[in-house]
Amino acid sequence: MVFDRERCKGCELCVTVCPRKILTLSPDLNSLGFHPAMITDASRCTGCCFCALMCPDVVITVLREEGEDAARADEG
Amino acid sequence: MRVLFERTRGLTSKPFHYCPGCTHGIIHRLVAEVLVELDVLEKTVGVCPVGCAVFAYEYFNCDMIEAAHGRAPAVATGVKRVLPDRVVFTYQGDGDLAAIGTAEIVHAAARGEKITTIFVNNAVYGMTGGQMAPTTLLGQKTTTTPFGRRAEEAGYPLRVAEMLATIEGAAYVARVAVNSPKNVIQAKRVIRRAFEVQLANLGFSLVEVLSTCPTNWGMNPPEALRWLEEKMIPVYPLGEFKVPREEREHA
Repeated sequence: MVFDRERCKGCELCVTVCPRKILTLSPDLNSLGFHPAMITDASRCTGCCFCALMCPDVVITVLREEGEDAARADEG
Repeated sequence: MRVLFERTRGLTSKPFHYCPGCTHGIIHRLVAEVLVELDVLEKTVGVCPVGCAVFAYEYFNCDMIEAAHGRAPAVATGVKRVLPDRVVFTYQGDGDLAAIGTAEIVHAAARGEKITTIFVNNAVYGMTGGQMAPTTLLGQKTTTTPFGRRAEEAGYPLRVAEMLATIEGAAYVARVAVNSPKNVIQAKRVIRRAFEVQLANLGFSLVEVLSTCPTNWGMNPPEALRWLEEKMIPVYPLGEFKVPREEREHA
């Protein structure tokens, strides 16, 4: 997952809708003075994109490594 | 590396000026994505309102015009009649469309103008500082109804989608909300249908989108999403109020 930190306004909508609860606001500030969203444990991300669907500032890009799908399928 | 979600090219790179958590941004993205998916971005003309979305011409990556307050459907009518091969849409809030612009939207629908209107309803005047709008709920506190809107004094909330659905010239009228990922996906599907109705020349189409205004509602953004679901949806039920005639016959 890639967050465009400078666009994020720290509204927390992504944090609220993440089914895995792996998003949080960073303790650092961006240049607008907001705490931008960040991911705490990228390995647990399922790629559901709920965060990106709800982000009002289109801050989030969701990417997946090749081969990651197969690994997750094994995980069940 | 496979891309599951990225910013659509239907939006410019300019950051939105909206308050944190304002769902205007989600609605902008949905409209922009639909225009790209239908492959009509290059021949689309959008008309902006007066209100919080007044700068929307900076955000949509297509031709845009700024209309006087409430007059977006009149401007869109002119554009569509001169350039009938273009896709023309208006993007209006409830202060713009349901108050000062009521005459324009009703007559654009009555004339069956082949335009699409995205009507963003957040039950309050956003840009001017949270005054009561025609769509404000009974009991809702705003700066001009500090003890809550009372029917005896300020009348009742206006259900625009239901009202316009009674008009012959309106081909497609629906209401959606953007308070959850599920509703956002549904909203995009409905917005796409509205543009498809225009592309098929069937008549006027309007999508009312229930949106949040955390700043003027006095809530944080997640609370505002809950308020939308618990308070607004019961008053403004979601669904399709009018679909094109041939679809009705097949149903």
